Amino acid sequence: METEDDLCKNNWGGASSSSSSKRREQVCFTSQHKWEDASILDYEMGMEEEPAFQENSNNNNGGQVNVDFLQGVRAQAWDPRTMLSNLSFMEEKIHELQDLVHLMVRRNGQLQGRQEQLVAQQQQLITTDLTSIIIQLISTAGSLLPSVKHHNMSTAPGPFTGSALFPYPREANNLASQTLNNNTCEFDLPKPIVVEERESHVVEEHEMKDEDDVEEGENLLPGSYEILQLEKEEILAPHTHFCTICGKGFKRDANLRMHMRGHGDEYKTPAALAKPNKEAAPGSEPMLIKRYSCPFPGCKRNKDHKKFQPLKTILCVKNHYKRTHCDKSFTCSRCHTKKFSVIADLKTHEKHCGKNKWLCSCGTTFSRKDKLFGHIALFQGHTPAIPLEETKPSAQRGSSACENSNNNNNTGMVGFNLGSATNAIEEVAQPGFMDGKIRFEDSFSPLSFDTCNFGGFHEFPRPMFDDSESSFQMLISSACGFSPRNGGESVSNTSL
Amino acid sequence: MKKAKQIQHSKPFDLLSEELVFIILDLVAQNPSDLKSFSLTCKWFYQVESKHRRSLKPLRPEYLPRILTRYRNTSDLDLTFCPRVTDYALSVVGCLSGPTLRSVDLSRSFSFSAAGLLRLAVKCVSLVEIDLSNATEMRDAAAAVVAEAKSLERLKLERCKKLTDMGIGCIAVGCRKLKRVSLKWCVGVGDLGVGLLALKCKDLRTLDLSYLPVTGKCLHDVLKLQHLEQLLLQGCFGVDDDTLQSLTHHCNSLKNLDASSCQNLTQRGLASLLSGAGCLERLDLAHSSSVISLDFASSLNKVSALQSIRLDGCSVTCDGLKAIGTLCVSLREVSLSKCVTVTDEGLSSLVVKLKGLRKLDITCCRKLSGASITQVANSCPLLVSLKMESCSLVSREAFWLIGHKCRLLEELDFTDNEIDDEGLKSISTCLSLSSLKLGICLNITDRGLSYIGMGCSNLRELDLYRSVGITDIGISSIAQGCCHLETINISYCKDITDKSLVSLSKCSLLQTFESRGCPHITCQGLATIAVRCKRLTKLDLKKCPYINDSGLLTLAHFSQGLKQISVSETGVTDVGLVSLANIGCLQNIAAVNTRGLSPSGVAAALVGCGGLRKVKLHASLRSLLPPSLINHMEARGCAFLWKDYNNNNNNNTLQAELDPKYWKLQLEEDIML
Repeated sequence: METEDDLCKNNWGGASSSSSSKRREQVCFTSQHKWEDASILDYEMGMEEEPAFQENSNNNNGGQVNVDFLQGVRAQAWDPRTMLSNLSFMEEKIHELQDLVHLMVRRNGQLQGRQEQLVAQQQQLITTDLTSIIIQLISTAGSLLPSVKHHNMSTAPGPFTGSALFPYPREANNLASQTLNNNTCEFDLPKPIVVEERESHVVEEHEMKDEDDVEEGENLLPGSYEILQLEKEEILAPHTHFCTICGKGFKRDANLRMHMRGHGDEYKTPAALAKPNKEAAPGSEPMLIKRYSCPFPGCKRNKDHKKFQPLKTILCVKNHYKRTHCDKSFTCSRCHTKKFSVIADLKTHEKHCGKNKWLCSCGTTFSRKDKLFGHIALFQGHTPAIPLEETKPSAQRGSSACENSNNNNNTGMVGFNLGSATNAIEEVAQPGFMDGKIRFEDSFSPLSFDTCNFGGFHEFPRPMFDDSESSFQMLISSACGFSPRNGGESVSNTSL
Repeated sequence: MKKAKQIQHSKPFDLLSEELVFIILDLVAQNPSDLKSFSLTCKWFYQVESKHRRSLKPLRPEYLPRILTRYRNTSDLDLTFCPRVTDYALSVVGCLSGPTLRSVDLSRSFSFSAAGLLRLAVKCVSLVEIDLSNATEMRDAAAAVVAEAKSLERLKLERCKKLTDMGIGCIAVGCRKLKRVSLKWCVGVGDLGVGLLALKCKDLRTLDLSYLPVTGKCLHDVLKLQHLEQLLLQGCFGVDDDTLQSLTHHCNSLKNLDASSCQNLTQRGLASLLSGAGCLERLDLAHSSSVISLDFASSLNKVSALQSIRLDGCSVTCDGLKAIGTLCVSLREVSLSKCVTVTDEGLSSLVVKLKGLRKLDITCCRKLSGASITQVANSCPLLVSLKMESCSLVSREAFWLIGHKCRLLEELDFTDNEIDDEGLKSISTCLSLSSLKLGICLNITDRGLSYIGMGCSNLRELDLYRSVGITDIGISSIAQGCCHLETINISYCKDITDKSLVSLSKCSLLQTFESRGCPHITCQGLATIAVRCKRLTKLDLKKCPYINDSGLLTLAHFSQGLKQISVSETGVTDVGLVSLANIGCLQNIAAVNTRGLSPSGVAAALVGCGGLRKVKLHASLRSLLPPSLINHMEARGCAFLWKDYNNNNNNNTLQAELDPKYWKLQLEEDIML
């Protein structure tokens, strides 16, 4: 029971705590669906579902369609590579968890104050992670047996793929959902810690522009707003809105409200669907403006900082925290050098990555050619740098035609080689005999004795025909009764 | 015996200093074969000659190592005869004549890459000029290599279509001393590249931007150049009035501006271009889209020092020509070729102001009659060149007046005119006449030619194409009097026989001989030409049915300088064609509809002629020749031209072609169609 309680409190693995098999099925399907995308990022993004999709699967007819669709996807997307990526993702997850535990061990020594609360949170976090790993493991394993079809006792018809192997007993799930219902309040917003403004700070206007979406012009008087500070774990949690019935997490409240419609008619009323803020708005007093503080000590966005600058929204907090205080774990798949901690930043970068093709010899890149030329015009000694891939085809130019006709020589009726100059190059470039000799001597050195290659002589290509055009010419002209032309007199007659 | 005597005298040329021999060689160098005999005299002469020679034009790249070893002081290397120049050949050039080499011409060569150019650029430290035209596969990487030649002053990159701004940018930064740059047809180069070139190379004198997609934007930078003398903008469609509007720079050094075929450039843009170019001497506005009217001509008031103007293909008005005559009195050259709207009144009002006119081109101005030509003759006594092909309304008296008044004439083109023997008599008084074209002049006879032969001893070029009144007598009088004759065309003069050829063989300087469609010419006549005219380079024997193998065998033996030959529709067989392989310089062969030729014979001839660049053959041979041979020839730098004539009854066609009236009739029919 203890574990189940923890389970239901989790903020991560909403998928694990489903109330009915119908819900479970759906969750499994969706995770399956996303799971098969090789991209790990996509998986993480995929936790949030499209509302329309959900609605569909709640209809009986729609559910059928959905299942078929997903089967189709599975059938065509199933391959070991996906499995490999899934496994490596899980490995990564486990490592992350390990790191987290390490961190907690260390932090336990430092922070004595809110011990109880911390312990609870840590437990919650770890169990969440573990659950999600288990689910992923199961669904991965389940996808290994695509032919196995089980009819569940529940209402939903049609074949289930992952749910057949779902390890949680139904009773436990039901229990979990009950506890869930009891603890609704906990899921609304992850425990904002309301802090009173104690010191009066002067917010300075002239500041270096931060990377966040900063409210530059905003100059709120200290005390005129409420400061909220989210904990690190809450900031990093992928979802902020959770279903009070099934525990599924959402990024946006609107999506949660959309989702709630599936749980019964009472959630379909206009009042339930409307924005909660707007309900209270008319008549009541304007709410105290909320501003957010970064939990990182010493940060300018932290409320204890001298020149504290509050963050406007939760999104700002999230982006700020990830950008400033987290590892940049997303690497650009194009340049493999730029790293980001916010996926949106990565995507913005990837849109433009590689387009800075205008390169100067000094190493500066430009996205526009005229900017490069302006740069070169400005600086002495800078030249445009030609990209490497362009040099390759030009280096091969000319030789291709020659090779072509060389090959043709073997099959053609008239067998001859190209100009003697080509032969000369070939002989200079690949002196077959010399090379062979060197190889032979090398092979007697103690190091490479085992790998010596006595058959190396055959490796050196020789021209098929050694006759140059002059010899051919001699043949013709002698046949016609003329002496061959003297090669030494080939200088044409030009005046100075 | 001779050798023994020389040894006894113990170096007879000891007293002769090298400098003196160099001076002698400078004079001998006029004739290449003389140089050859000189160097064969003795070992010392051989050595002195190899020290003396500066410029080389090798026929085969294979001999480059030997040639360059012999001529160590080579400064100019012209590789236009070597279609296949590999990287290896270029590195040989770099190694053997690196420090002395000043100019290289690779405009007709291919097969080299950036690696070879790098060798050349690094080894030849004093390289001043390089011509890389027609390197259509050249990319920016190779251009970046050219930038290594820091001392480069003259660079030609015509038709390097894959070059972009990046490559030109590299060159602009690397070669700061550039003075002449030609980027004609480098369609990948735009404003940025040209702008950077103008910004970095301050010494630019000549810039050819023809057919580039540039706009007026880069001209702002270009016209800031202090020393710019020549700017060619032919066919730059991007140059328009709007982008030129804000031009404020005065480019007083500009002497020559070519804005021909700039379709989007009208009077407004031209006015702003010319406003800063007060010292302009030559202006080319050929095929301009705007009408040369009074308004247009008024934009020329800023360039009153103009010496030459070209308005080919423009629609000109009478007022416009008059205004040009008034504004630019110092004009020396006027070209109105193919300006169909030119009238007698317009031309008269132009030339009446131009006392100093030297050159006038009124080709195909068909509306002109005798009146304006009389005006030209009366007002331009200094006329040197007059081209008036197809001015068929001009009366015979006008020609008489030209010869009478313009005694300094050197170049005359009367093709397709009504000139007669009296006109020729008057023209024969122009003693310095060197080029005379009398093609399709049906009124002239041997009598007229004999006047020319007696009077114009400096004649170098004579064109008698389809002037059917000419016989052997006329040709012999020409051959007698004009011993400097270099070029003669007697095509379709049906009465010409071997006698003409025998008499023409006296002109030992003869280089070009065209006798297409002369049915009476035989191999004996050809043999005398071959034996006596050692400089023969171009020979057209098409449709001479009596020419056969024996003629070609003689040619192969004696005309070692022959570069171009046409033996289409003659009696030549395999033997004759294969014998041509003995001529080392041979570059062009045309042998279409020659019945005696077999595929194997043609193949043997093709393989034998190592320097071939262009071959014209019947289309049926394309499938009969082994494809490997064709590939091989193309790899060697030879282009094939497959012709598919469908004249089945050869003799009838020839007869019909020889009849001038029938031919003219057919021509007019074609025009009507």
